[in-house]
Amino acid sequence: MNRRTLFTSVAAATLAATAAFAQTDGEPVKAGFIYVGPIGDGGWTYEHNKARLAVEEEFGDAVETVYQESVPEGADAERAITQMALSGADIIFTTSFGYMDPTIAVAEKFPDVKFEHATGYKRADNVSTYSARFYEGRAIQGHIAGSMTETNKIGYIASFPIPEVIRGINSAYLHAKKVNPDVEFSVVWAYTWFDPAKEADAARALIENGNDVILQHTDSTAPQAAAQEAGNVITFGQASDMAEYAPMPRVSSIIDDWAPYYIDRVKAVMDGTWESTDTWDGIGPGMVGIGEITDAVPAEVKEEALALKESIASGDYHPFTGPINRQDGSVWLAEGETASDGDLLGMDFYVEGLTGEIPN
Amino acid sequence: MIRLEKRPQPSQLWTVLTPVLAVLLTMLVGGIMFAFLGTDPLEAIRTIFWDPLFNPQFAGFTRPQLLVKAGPLILIAIGLSIGFRAGIWNIGAEGQYIMGAICGAGAGLAFYPADSVLIFPLMILCGALGGFAWAMIPALLKVRFGTNEILVSLMLVYVAENLLASVASNLLRNPEGMGFPGSRNFKQWPAAHNAELISGTGMHWGVAFAFIAVILAYVLMSRHIQGFNIRLTGEAPRAARFAGVNPARIVILCLGISGALAGMAGLFEVTGPAGQISIDFNSGYGFTAIIVAFLGRLHPVGILLAGLLMALTYIGGELAQLMLGVPGAAIQLFQGMLLFFLLATDVFTNFRLSLGRKEPA
Repeated sequence: MNRRTLFTSVAAATLAATAAFAQTDGEPVKAGFIYVGPIGDGGWTYEHNKARLAVEEEFGDAVETVYQESVPEGADAERAITQMALSGADIIFTTSFGYMDPTIAVAEKFPDVKFEHATGYKRADNVSTYSARFYEGRAIQGHIAGSMTETNKIGYIASFPIPEVIRGINSAYLHAKKVNPDVEFSVVWAYTWFDPAKEADAARALIENGNDVILQHTDSTAPQAAAQEAGNVITFGQASDMAEYAPMPRVSSIIDDWAPYYIDRVKAVMDGTWESTDTWDGIGPGMVGIGEITDAVPAEVKEEALALKESIASGDYHPFTGPINRQDGSVWLAEGETASDGDLLGMDFYVEGLTGEIPN
Repeated sequence: MIRLEKRPQPSQLWTVLTPVLAVLLTMLVGGIMFAFLGTDPLEAIRTIFWDPLFNPQFAGFTRPQLLVKAGPLILIAIGLSIGFRAGIWNIGAEGQYIMGAICGAGAGLAFYPADSVLIFPLMILCGALGGFAWAMIPALLKVRFGTNEILVSLMLVYVAENLLASVASNLLRNPEGMGFPGSRNFKQWPAAHNAELISGTGMHWGVAFAFIAVILAYVLMSRHIQGFNIRLTGEAPRAARFAGVNPARIVILCLGISGALAGMAGLFEVTGPAGQISIDFNSGYGFTAIIVAFLGRLHPVGILLAGLLMALTYIGGELAQLMLGVPGAAIQLFQGMLLFFLLATDVFTNFRLSLGRKEPA
């Protein structure tokens, strides 16, 4: 922790002690953040925290931020959120899917506090939801992965079998297969968002089985390190750029950029214009960024990937465009049809060609 | 020269003194650590130990939360302590806790949305049975084949975690949950909700059961013949056998009790504070309870106090993160110190320092 954050946190603490609940015009707006991992995870939480610092940067003295890291997604979450609300926070960002019910429960008790829940689907008058269309980035990853694999075997470290993760697998697979019909995916379910030891084990096991591309939907850089150790394996940064592993094994990345959204929402609280909304932004608005594609990627593949990115950003191309069948062979999307957001949000099936089952 | 000399009898004084000393040492060394992190150590210690109880802004909420957090820890630790006294090391309470939650919640959900007063008692019973059954696996393997219960019970935690992931995303998944994993929320189903008994106190059935368990364990261990047998088995297994104690029965009894209590704790947690079966509702209570059991010297009253102290460091630690910006890892380090110093000072219970040369035997 640097001195600046420390200073602001202490200031926030003293201030909150004297001015609980009192949100008058002269007071800074207090924004709280609940994180599922440590701020140094190098991935998901790291990016949320970076956006918190961006909020501080943007508003200076007009805002104070507090955060709590590594909050488990069970009963502890509700207490952590309540304590944050009690400490006088005006807006609280709960940044993991598992905080959904706790967020709704606390929001009921604090009608004057605004809540923002990431990646969930339950809203209330004072609860908004927001997420990013990570599957757009997965399409580009899939394209690069499918073009570059030599063994035609791609490993995927998945976290939990929730629609967000399943969407990512489907999107990556569809686009890998498009450039390489022989490609095969092996999905490992780690049942964690952040556990470097477990993630490294999963990566090593996949590499030993001949997978020469490792995709991950977990937050640590451990799989990158495992791939580096093995050599001749490529990976992609997850949630954060993970540029320290470039140019190999990390050949590109999906970067979550929450800063514009957080600044926007804190501003809305300041202006008194905050309303409950549901935001789901992708590459176009800049919530999903594609990290630099390194020279380890052949030039023509890089060019195709960038063109794909462009067409997704402009809205010309939707990563889920029919014909697409479900794993069991039944038709999901007809020729030319694109997936509805409703279908994507509740996605609980693999597309045709993926092997294995979604654990249940 | 300073040497450690074994005491003929464990010192009564040191038995009581070591936990206090461990807490003081933790405060001291922890304070130094906070100072290095740039936080005022006195303020950090005050935030951790004082604010959850007396801070006017938070205490109204955090005081009841102490009971919520301590309840499952005490309930599980009481069960574990009985086995530990007999030298039976159930390290897998986390797994029994998960299985209790799954079985109890599953039994309840089978009757959704019925509205009967019998549902919740049935769920408690099934929760206890679930934990009991999971503990019987290491128990029976130990009795039959002489396997090591430490390994078997620990490994079964991972099995339980995978079962949890499976039922949360399939068998017990909320049919109205849009495909997301996680069961129905018990808070929205009064017949199965483990609500606060008196609003605003944090007292739910799990806390009540924890207190009852403390009393029963006290009676068992100090007044009942089985308690004597358990202690004898732990302290002098050969003597116990000569006295006619059946070691197999002790194994089954100890693992059974600790499994059932852990299972109940899981059920109370999932129907109360956690609210639903989700992929990771278990927050490591089964492992933390091992620390609580030792911190409480394996004595029921000690465990009661240790559970509350542990809860205090958790909630105070959260407040320190929130108010002072102390990193989460520093809080974990602080809690780790507590156990470390307890074990370190524990030496003085069984040994005394002696200065000078060794006396002839």
